[in-house]
Amino acid sequence: MTVDPPWALLAELTHRCPLRCGYCSNPVELVGRSTELTAGEWAGVFRQAADLGVVQTHLSGGEPLLRRDLPDIVAAAERAGLYTQLVTSGVGLGERRLDELVAAGLHSVQLSVQHADPDASDRIAGARSFAAKERAARLIRAAGLPFGLNIVLHRTNIDALDDLIALGVAWGADRIELAHTQFHGWALRNRATLLPTRNQVDRARTTLTRWRERPGPAPELIWVTPDHIDGVAKPCMGGWGALSLTVAPDGTVLPCPAAAALPGLDPPNVRDRQLDWIWRESRAFNAYRGDSWMRDPCRSCGLSSTDHGGCRCQAFALTGDATRTDPACRLSPDHALIRDLVDSPRPAATPVHAYREGAP
Amino acid sequence: MTWRPTLARSVVLRHDRVRGTDLLLLPERVVVLHGNAGGVLRLCDGSREVEDIVAELAARFPGAPVAGEVPEFLETLRKEGWLR
Repeated sequence: MTVDPPWALLAELTHRCPLRCGYCSNPVELVGRSTELTAGEWAGVFRQAADLGVVQTHLSGGEPLLRRDLPDIVAAAERAGLYTQLVTSGVGLGERRLDELVAAGLHSVQLSVQHADPDASDRIAGARSFAAKERAARLIRAAGLPFGLNIVLHRTNIDALDDLIALGVAWGADRIELAHTQFHGWALRNRATLLPTRNQVDRARTTLTRWRERPGPAPELIWVTPDHIDGVAKPCMGGWGALSLTVAPDGTVLPCPAAAALPGLDPPNVRDRQLDWIWRESRAFNAYRGDSWMRDPCRSCGLSSTDHGGCRCQAFALTGDATRTDPACRLSPDHALIRDLVDSPRPAATPVHAYREGAP
Repeated sequence: MTWRPTLARSVVLRHDRVRGTDLLLLPERVVVLHGNAGGVLRLCDGSREVEDIVAELAARFPGAPVAGEVPEFLETLRKEGWLR
Protein backbone atom coordinates (compact mmCIF):
# COMPACT_ATOMS: atom_id res chain seq x y z
CA MET A 1 0.00 0.00 0.00
CA THR A 2 1.32 3.46 -0.88
CA VAL A 3 1.45 5.64 2.19
CA ASP A 4 0.80 9.35 1.72
CA PRO A 5 2.89 11.74 3.82
CA PRO A 6 1.43 13.19 7.04
CA TRP A 7 0.39 16.85 7.32
CA ALA A 8 0.47 17.51 11.05
CA LEU A 9 2.41 16.59 14.17
CA LEU A 10 0.97 16.81 17.67
CA ALA A 11 3.97 17.41 19.91
CA GLU A 12 3.10 16.59 23.52
CA LEU A 13 5.97 18.38 25.21
CA THR A 14 5.09 17.34 28.75
CA HIS A 15 2.28 15.60 30.60
CA ARG A 16 2.71 17.97 33.56
CA CYS A 17 -0.17 20.43 33.95
CA PRO A 18 -1.26 23.01 36.52
CA LEU A 19 -4.90 22.10 35.80
CA ARG A 20 -6.65 18.96 37.02
CA CYS A 21 -9.62 18.75 34.65
CA GLY A 22 -11.73 15.64 35.13
CA TYR A 23 -12.25 15.44 31.34
CA CYS A 24 -8.53 15.11 30.59
CA SER A 25 -8.17 12.71 27.67
CA ASN A 26 -4.50 12.02 28.28
CA PRO A 27 -3.66 8.48 29.39
CA VAL A 28 -4.29 7.45 32.99
CA GLU A 29 -0.57 6.60 33.27
CA LEU A 30 1.32 9.79 32.53
CA VAL A 31 4.93 10.18 31.42
CA GLY A 32 7.19 11.64 34.10
CA ARG A 33 9.47 14.64 33.69
CA SER A 34 12.66 12.60 33.84
CA THR A 35 11.90 10.82 30.56
CA GLU A 36 10.76 13.89 28.58
CA LEU A 37 12.52 14.54 25.25
CA THR A 38 15.04 17.39 25.40
CA ALA A 39 14.74 20.49 23.21
CA GLY A 40 17.58 19.06 21.10
CA GLU A 41 15.67 15.82 20.61
CA TRP A 42 12.54 17.78 19.63
CA ALA A 43 14.61 19.69 17.05
CA GLY A 44 15.52 16.35 15.48
CA VAL A 45 11.88 15.24 15.52
CA PHE A 46 10.79 18.45 13.73
CA ARG A 47 13.50 18.09 11.06
CA GLN A 48 12.51 14.50 10.39
CA ALA A 49 8.82 15.43 10.40
CA ALA A 50 9.37 18.20 7.86
CA ASP A 51 11.36 15.82 5.63
CA LEU A 52 8.43 13.43 5.84
CA GLY A 53 5.90 16.07 4.72
CA VAL A 54 4.59 17.55 7.99
CA VAL A 55 3.80 21.27 7.63
CA GLN A 56 2.07 22.06 10.95
CA THR A 57 2.81 21.28 14.56
CA HIS A 58 0.63 21.71 17.62
CA LEU A 59 2.75 22.23 20.71
CA SER A 60 0.66 20.69 23.42
CA GLY A 61 0.78 18.66 26.60
CA GLY A 62 -0.06 18.82 29.51
CA GLU A 63 0.92 22.45 29.71
CA PRO A 64 3.76 23.22 27.28
CA LEU A 65 4.58 26.45 29.14
CA LEU A 66 5.97 24.30 31.96
CA ARG A 67 8.88 23.59 29.63
CA ARG A 68 11.35 26.37 30.39
CA ASP A 69 13.03 25.65 27.05
CA LEU A 70 9.78 26.20 25.10
CA PRO A 71 11.21 29.14 23.10
CA ASP A 72 14.05 26.86 21.91
CA ILE A 73 11.50 24.23 20.91
CA VAL A 74 9.41 26.80 18.99
CA ALA A 75 12.53 28.11 17.27
CA ALA A 76 13.48 24.57 16.22
CA ALA A 77 10.03 23.98 14.71
CA GLU A 78 10.25 27.29 12.87
CA ARG A 79 13.73 26.41 11.54
CA ALA A 80 12.29 23.14 10.23
CA GLY A 81 9.67 25.19 8.36
CA LEU A 82 6.67 24.11 10.43
CA TYR A 83 3.64 26.30 11.23
CA THR A 84 3.46 26.32 15.03
CA GLN A 85 0.41 26.50 17.27
CA LEU A 86 0.74 26.66 21.05
CA VAL A 87 -2.05 24.75 22.82
CA THR A 88 -2.20 26.14 26.35
CA SER A 89 -4.23 26.60 29.52
CA GLY A 90 -2.88 30.15 29.62
CA VAL A 91 -1.38 29.58 33.08
CA GLY A 92 2.14 30.99 32.90
CA LEU A 93 1.61 32.99 29.72
CA GLY A 94 2.91 36.37 30.84
CA GLU A 95 3.99 39.22 28.63
CA ARG A 96 7.71 38.37 28.58
CA ARG A 97 7.05 34.71 27.95
CA LEU A 98 4.77 35.45 25.01
CA ASP A 99 7.29 37.95 23.59
CA GLU A 100 9.98 35.24 23.69
CA LEU A 101 7.72 32.78 21.90
CA VAL A 102 6.74 35.29 19.22
CA ALA A 103 10.41 36.17 18.71
CA ALA A 104 11.09 32.44 18.31
CA GLY A 105 8.54 32.32 15.49
CA LEU A 106 5.29 31.17 17.13
CA HIS A 107 2.43 31.46 14.64
CA SER A 108 -0.78 30.99 16.63
CA VAL A 109 -2.25 30.17 20.04
CA GLN A 110 -5.12 27.99 21.16
CA LEU A 111 -6.25 28.84 24.68
CA SER A 112 -8.60 26.73 26.80
CA VAL A 113 -11.30 27.94 29.14
CA GLN A 114 -13.59 25.79 31.27
CA HIS A 115 -16.58 28.07 31.96
CA ALA A 116 -17.63 31.69 31.46
CA ASP A 117 -18.05 32.13 35.20
CA PRO A 118 -14.62 32.51 36.88
CA ASP A 119 -15.44 30.41 39.94
CA ALA A 120 -17.06 27.67 37.91
CA SER A 121 -14.10 27.66 35.51
CA ASP A 122 -11.64 27.29 38.39
CA ARG A 123 -13.78 24.55 39.94
CA ILE A 124 -13.84 22.51 36.70
CA ALA A 125 -10.09 23.02 36.20
CA GLY A 126 -9.40 22.09 39.83
CA ALA A 127 -7.08 25.10 40.06
CA ARG A 128 -7.24 28.88 40.16
CA SER A 129 -6.70 29.70 36.53
CA PHE A 130 -9.45 31.92 35.10
CA ALA A 131 -7.65 35.20 35.84
CA ALA A 132 -4.51 33.89 34.12
CA LYS A 133 -6.57 32.87 31.10
CA GLU A 134 -8.16 36.29 30.89
CA ARG A 135 -4.73 37.91 30.95
CA ALA A 136 -3.39 35.43 28.38
CA ALA A 137 -6.28 36.24 26.03
CA ARG A 138 -5.49 39.95 26.29
CA LEU A 139 -1.81 39.37 25.55
CA ILE A 140 -2.46 37.04 22.60
CA ARG A 141 -4.81 39.64 21.12
CA ALA A 142 -2.33 42.47 21.74
CA ALA A 143 0.42 40.46 20.02
CA GLY A 144 -1.83 40.13 16.96
CA LEU A 145 -1.54 36.34 16.90
CA PRO A 146 -4.33 34.20 15.45
CA PHE A 147 -6.32 33.25 18.54
CA GLY A 148 -8.42 30.13 18.99
CA LEU A 149 -10.44 29.51 22.14
CA ASN A 150 -11.07 25.87 23.01
CA ILE A 151 -13.90 24.85 25.29
CA VAL A 152 -14.41 21.22 26.20
CA LEU A 153 -18.14 20.74 26.70
CA HIS A 154 -19.68 18.43 29.28
CA ARG A 155 -22.63 18.23 31.60
CA THR A 156 -21.41 20.94 33.98
CA ASN A 157 -20.75 23.72 31.45
CA ILE A 158 -22.88 23.00 28.38
CA ASP A 159 -25.85 24.98 29.72
CA ALA A 160 -23.59 28.05 29.81
CA LEU A 161 -22.84 27.83 26.08
CA ASP A 162 -24.35 31.22 25.30
CA ASP A 163 -22.14 32.89 27.93
CA LEU A 164 -19.11 30.89 26.78
CA ILE A 165 -19.47 32.07 23.18
CA ALA A 166 -20.04 35.64 24.41
CA LEU A 167 -16.83 35.31 26.45
CA GLY A 168 -14.92 34.21 23.35
CA VAL A 169 -16.27 37.21 21.45
CA ALA A 170 -15.34 39.57 24.33
CA TRP A 171 -11.83 38.10 24.50
CA GLY A 172 -11.41 38.65 20.75
CA ALA A 173 -11.03 35.03 19.63
CA ASP A 174 -10.87 34.42 15.88
CA ARG A 175 -12.18 30.93 16.31
CA ILE A 176 -14.11 29.19 19.08
CA GLU A 177 -13.90 25.43 19.23
CA LEU A 178 -16.79 23.82 21.10
CA ALA A 179 -15.52 20.32 21.63
CA HIS A 180 -17.64 17.71 23.32
CA THR A 181 -15.61 15.63 25.73
CA GLN A 182 -13.76 12.73 24.16
CA PHE A 183 -13.93 9.81 26.52
CA HIS A 184 -10.34 8.66 26.45
CA GLY A 185 -7.79 8.18 29.20
CA TRP A 186 -8.78 9.88 32.41
CA ALA A 187 -12.09 11.17 30.98
CA LEU A 188 -13.41 7.63 30.53
CA ARG A 189 -13.39 7.25 34.33
CA ASN A 190 -15.72 10.21 34.60
CA ARG A 191 -17.95 9.42 31.64
CA ALA A 192 -21.18 9.01 33.61
CA THR A 193 -20.82 12.41 35.27
CA LEU A 194 -19.43 14.26 32.22
CA LEU A 195 -21.95 13.04 29.67
CA PRO A 196 -24.65 15.68 28.99
CA THR A 197 -28.30 14.74 28.52
CA ARG A 198 -29.98 14.78 25.11
CA ASN A 199 -31.99 17.84 26.19
CA GLN A 200 -28.85 19.73 27.13
CA VAL A 201 -27.30 19.04 23.73
CA ASP A 202 -30.51 20.05 21.92
CA ARG A 203 -30.56 23.36 23.77
CA ALA A 204 -26.86 23.91 23.03
CA ARG A 205 -27.47 23.31 19.32
CA THR A 206 -30.22 25.95 19.34
CA THR A 207 -27.84 28.42 20.98
CA LEU A 208 -25.15 27.63 18.43
CA THR A 209 -27.55 28.15 15.51
CA ARG A 210 -28.63 31.49 16.94
CA TRP A 211 -24.99 32.66 17.11
CA ARG A 212 -24.23 31.42 13.63
CA GLU A 213 -27.20 33.29 12.18
CA ARG A 214 -26.19 36.63 13.68
CA PRO A 215 -25.28 39.18 11.04
CA GLY A 216 -21.90 40.89 11.04
CA PRO A 217 -18.38 39.76 11.80
CA ALA A 218 -18.11 36.96 14.34
CA PRO A 219 -15.59 34.34 15.32
CA GLU A 220 -15.66 31.06 13.45
CA LEU A 221 -17.64 28.58 15.57
CA ILE A 222 -16.50 24.97 15.39
CA TRP A 223 -18.80 22.31 16.84
CA VAL A 224 -17.03 19.03 17.55
CA THR A 225 -19.96 16.64 17.60
CA PRO A 226 -21.08 14.65 20.64
CA ASP A 227 -20.78 11.15 19.19
CA HIS A 228 -22.50 9.50 22.17
CA ILE A 229 -25.62 11.65 21.78
CA ASP A 230 -25.79 11.77 17.98
CA GLY A 231 -25.16 8.07 17.41
CA VAL A 232 -22.69 9.01 14.71
CA ALA A 233 -19.08 7.86 14.94
CA LYS A 234 -16.33 10.42 14.69
CA PRO A 235 -13.94 9.92 11.79
CA CYS A 236 -10.86 8.42 13.42
CA MET A 237 -8.18 11.11 12.93
CA GLY A 238 -9.25 11.41 9.27
CA GLY A 239 -7.98 7.85 8.96
CA TRP A 240 -5.51 5.88 11.07
CA GLY A 241 -2.00 6.91 10.08
CA ALA A 242 -3.41 9.02 7.23
CA LEU A 243 -3.02 12.69 8.17
CA SER A 244 -1.15 13.15 11.41
CA LEU A 245 1.00 11.68 14.13
CA THR A 246 1.43 12.27 17.84
CA VAL A 247 4.74 12.28 19.66
CA ALA A 248 4.32 11.75 23.43
CA PRO A 249 6.60 13.50 25.96
CA ASP A 250 8.92 10.46 26.13
CA GLY A 251 9.25 10.16 22.34
CA THR A 252 6.66 7.43 21.81
CA VAL A 253 4.97 7.93 18.43
CA LEU A 254 1.38 6.92 17.75
CA PRO A 255 -1.35 7.87 15.27
CA CYS A 256 -3.30 9.67 18.02
CA PRO A 257 -2.90 10.59 21.69
CA ALA A 258 -5.41 8.00 22.86
CA ALA A 259 -3.79 5.07 21.06
CA ALA A 260 -1.41 4.46 23.96
CA ALA A 261 -4.27 2.47 25.50
CA LEU A 262 -4.44 -0.03 22.61
CA PRO A 263 -2.67 -3.38 23.06
CA GLY A 264 -0.32 -4.99 20.56
CA LEU A 265 0.89 -1.84 18.83
CA ASP A 266 4.47 -2.18 20.04
CA PRO A 267 4.68 1.65 20.11
CA PRO A 268 7.77 2.95 18.32
CA ASN A 269 9.93 5.70 19.80
CA VAL A 270 11.92 8.49 18.11
CA ARG A 271 14.83 7.59 20.37
CA ASP A 272 15.12 4.20 18.59
CA ARG A 273 13.79 4.77 15.10
CA GLN A 274 13.58 7.35 12.32
CA LEU A 275 10.18 9.01 11.95
CA ASP A 276 10.03 7.96 8.29
CA TRP A 277 10.24 4.27 9.26
CA ILE A 278 7.74 4.79 12.06
CA TRP A 279 5.22 6.41 9.69
CA ARG A 280 5.62 3.95 6.82
CA GLU A 281 6.73 0.66 8.29
CA SER A 282 5.89 0.36 11.98
CA ARG A 283 3.25 -2.04 13.19
CA ALA A 284 1.58 0.76 15.16
CA PHE A 285 0.93 2.90 12.09
CA ASN A 286 -0.16 0.02 9.85
CA ALA A 287 -2.44 -1.75 12.32
CA TYR A 288 -5.65 0.05 11.28
CA ARG A 289 -4.46 1.88 8.18
CA GLY A 290 -6.78 1.62 5.18
CA ASP A 291 -9.80 -0.68 5.54
CA SER A 292 -8.55 -4.27 5.25
CA TRP A 293 -8.86 -4.73 9.05
CA MET A 294 -12.55 -3.75 9.01
CA ARG A 295 -15.37 -6.12 9.79
CA ASP A 296 -19.08 -5.82 9.22
CA PRO A 297 -21.11 -3.67 9.50
CA CYS A 298 -18.32 -1.23 8.49
CA ARG A 299 -16.89 -3.36 5.68
CA SER A 300 -20.11 -3.17 3.66
CA CYS A 301 -21.13 0.33 4.77
CA GLY A 302 -20.79 3.48 2.66
CA LEU A 303 -20.01 5.56 5.76
CA SER A 304 -16.70 3.79 6.33
CA SER A 305 -14.96 5.77 3.59
CA THR A 306 -15.54 8.93 5.64
CA ASP A 307 -15.71 7.75 9.26
CA HIS A 308 -13.09 4.98 8.89
CA GLY A 309 -15.12 2.80 11.24
CA GLY A 310 -15.01 5.46 13.96
CA CYS A 311 -12.59 5.60 16.84
CA ARG A 312 -10.42 2.49 17.31
CA CYS A 313 -9.60 3.51 20.86
CA GLN A 314 -13.26 3.85 21.80
CA ALA A 315 -14.07 0.50 20.18
CA PHE A 316 -11.37 -1.12 22.27
CA ALA A 317 -12.23 0.71 25.49
CA LEU A 318 -15.88 -0.30 25.34
CA THR A 319 -15.77 -3.76 23.69
CA GLY A 320 -12.24 -5.00 24.30
CA ASP A 321 -11.75 -5.41 20.53
CA ALA A 322 -10.23 -2.53 18.53
CA THR A 323 -11.38 -3.99 15.17
CA ARG A 324 -15.08 -3.67 16.03
CA THR A 325 -17.29 -0.83 14.81
CA ASP A 326 -17.13 2.16 17.15
CA PRO A 327 -20.08 1.62 19.53
CA ALA A 328 -20.95 5.32 19.19
CA CYS A 329 -22.31 4.51 15.71
CA ARG A 330 -26.00 3.64 15.81
CA LEU A 331 -25.30 0.88 13.25
CA SER A 332 -22.86 -0.84 15.62
CA PRO A 333 -24.07 -4.12 17.16
CA ASP A 334 -22.63 -2.72 20.41
CA HIS A 335 -24.47 0.60 20.26
CA ALA A 336 -26.63 -0.32 23.26
CA LEU A 337 -23.50 0.20 25.39
CA ILE A 338 -23.73 3.89 24.54
CA ARG A 339 -27.49 4.29 24.22
CA ASP A 340 -28.20 2.76 27.60
CA LEU A 341 -25.72 5.08 29.26
CA VAL A 342 -27.10 8.20 27.56
CA ASP A 343 -30.71 7.28 28.34
CA SER A 344 -30.18 5.98 31.86
CA PRO A 345 -31.62 8.27 34.51
CA ARG A 346 -28.87 10.26 36.10
CA PRO A 347 -29.02 12.47 39.19
CA ALA A 348 -30.05 16.05 38.48
CA ALA A 349 -27.65 17.65 40.93
CA THR A 350 -24.31 18.98 39.75
CA PRO A 351 -22.24 15.87 39.37
CA VAL A 352 -18.89 15.46 41.03
CA HIS A 353 -16.10 13.95 39.00
CA ALA A 354 -12.65 12.76 39.94
CA TYR A 355 -9.99 15.40 39.36
CA ARG A 356 -7.07 14.47 37.18
CA GLU A 357 -4.08 13.19 39.13
CA GLY A 358 -0.77 14.73 38.08
CA ALA A 359 2.26 13.48 36.22
CA PRO A 360 5.13 12.07 38.29
CA MET B 1 -8.59 53.54 -1.33
CA THR B 2 -6.80 51.26 -3.77
CA TRP B 3 -6.29 47.73 -2.61
CA ARG B 4 -2.71 46.50 -2.33
CA PRO B 5 -3.25 42.84 -1.41
CA THR B 6 -1.11 41.20 1.23
CA LEU B 7 -1.48 37.94 3.15
CA ALA B 8 -3.36 38.11 6.45
CA ARG B 9 -1.28 37.80 9.59
CA SER B 10 -2.58 34.30 10.31
CA VAL B 11 -1.60 32.98 6.87
CA VAL B 12 1.79 31.66 5.79
CA LEU B 13 2.58 30.92 2.14
CA ARG B 14 5.05 28.06 1.88
CA HIS B 15 6.43 25.77 -0.79
CA ASP B 16 5.94 22.12 0.12
CA ARG B 17 9.07 20.40 -1.14
CA VAL B 18 7.74 16.92 -0.33
CA ARG B 19 4.50 17.27 -2.33
CA GLY B 20 5.95 19.70 -4.89
CA THR B 21 3.19 22.27 -4.42
CA ASP B 22 2.52 25.63 -2.76
CA LEU B 23 0.45 25.80 0.43
CA LEU B 24 -1.29 28.33 2.61
CA LEU B 25 -0.83 27.41 6.26
CA LEU B 26 -3.36 28.61 8.83
CA PRO B 27 -4.24 27.55 12.34
CA GLU B 28 -5.93 24.13 12.04
CA ARG B 29 -5.99 24.33 8.23
CA VAL B 30 -3.86 23.76 5.14
CA VAL B 31 -4.90 25.08 1.72
CA VAL B 32 -3.28 23.36 -1.27
CA LEU B 33 -2.63 25.85 -4.09
CA HIS B 34 -2.91 24.60 -7.65
CA GLY B 35 -1.29 25.84 -10.84
CA ASN B 36 0.40 29.20 -10.48
CA ALA B 37 -1.74 30.38 -7.54
CA GLY B 38 1.36 30.48 -5.32
CA GLY B 39 3.18 32.60 -7.90
CA VAL B 40 0.29 35.07 -7.93
CA LEU B 41 0.27 35.28 -4.12
CA ARG B 42 4.02 35.91 -3.98
CA LEU B 43 3.28 39.18 -5.77
CA CYS B 44 0.81 40.14 -3.02
CA ASP B 45 3.37 41.92 -0.83
CA GLY B 46 1.33 45.00 0.03
CA SER B 47 3.25 47.19 -2.42
CA ARG B 48 1.45 46.26 -5.67
CA GLU B 49 -2.07 47.16 -6.68
CA VAL B 50 -4.20 44.48 -8.33
CA GLU B 51 -3.59 46.00 -11.76
CA ASP B 52 0.19 45.91 -11.19
CA ILE B 53 -0.06 42.22 -10.34
CA VAL B 54 -2.13 41.55 -13.44
CA ALA B 55 0.35 43.50 -15.61
CA GLU B 56 3.33 41.58 -14.25
CA LEU B 57 1.65 38.25 -14.81
CA ALA B 58 0.48 39.23 -18.30
CA ALA B 59 4.08 40.10 -19.21
CA ARG B 60 5.31 36.85 -17.75
CA PHE B 61 2.64 34.62 -19.31
CA PRO B 62 1.64 36.15 -22.67
CA GLY B 63 -1.76 34.91 -23.79
CA ALA B 64 -2.86 33.65 -20.36
CA PRO B 65 -6.30 34.92 -19.24
CA VAL B 66 -4.85 36.78 -16.24
CA ALA B 67 -6.93 39.97 -16.61
CA GLY B 68 -10.13 38.01 -16.03
CA GLU B 69 -9.00 35.34 -13.60
CA VAL B 70 -6.50 36.98 -11.26
CA PRO B 71 -8.71 39.76 -9.78
CA GLU B 72 -11.46 37.21 -9.21
CA PHE B 73 -9.02 34.83 -7.49
CA LEU B 74 -7.70 37.61 -5.25
CA GLU B 75 -11.23 38.67 -4.32
CA THR B 76 -12.13 35.08 -3.40
CA LEU B 77 -9.14 34.91 -1.05
CA ARG B 78 -10.05 38.27 0.46
CA LYS B 79 -13.55 36.96 1.24
CA GLU B 80 -11.96 33.95 2.97
CA GLY B 81 -9.94 36.36 5.10
CA TRP B 82 -6.61 35.08 3.76
CA LEU B 83 -5.74 38.30 1.93
CA ARG B 84 -6.25 41.78 3.27
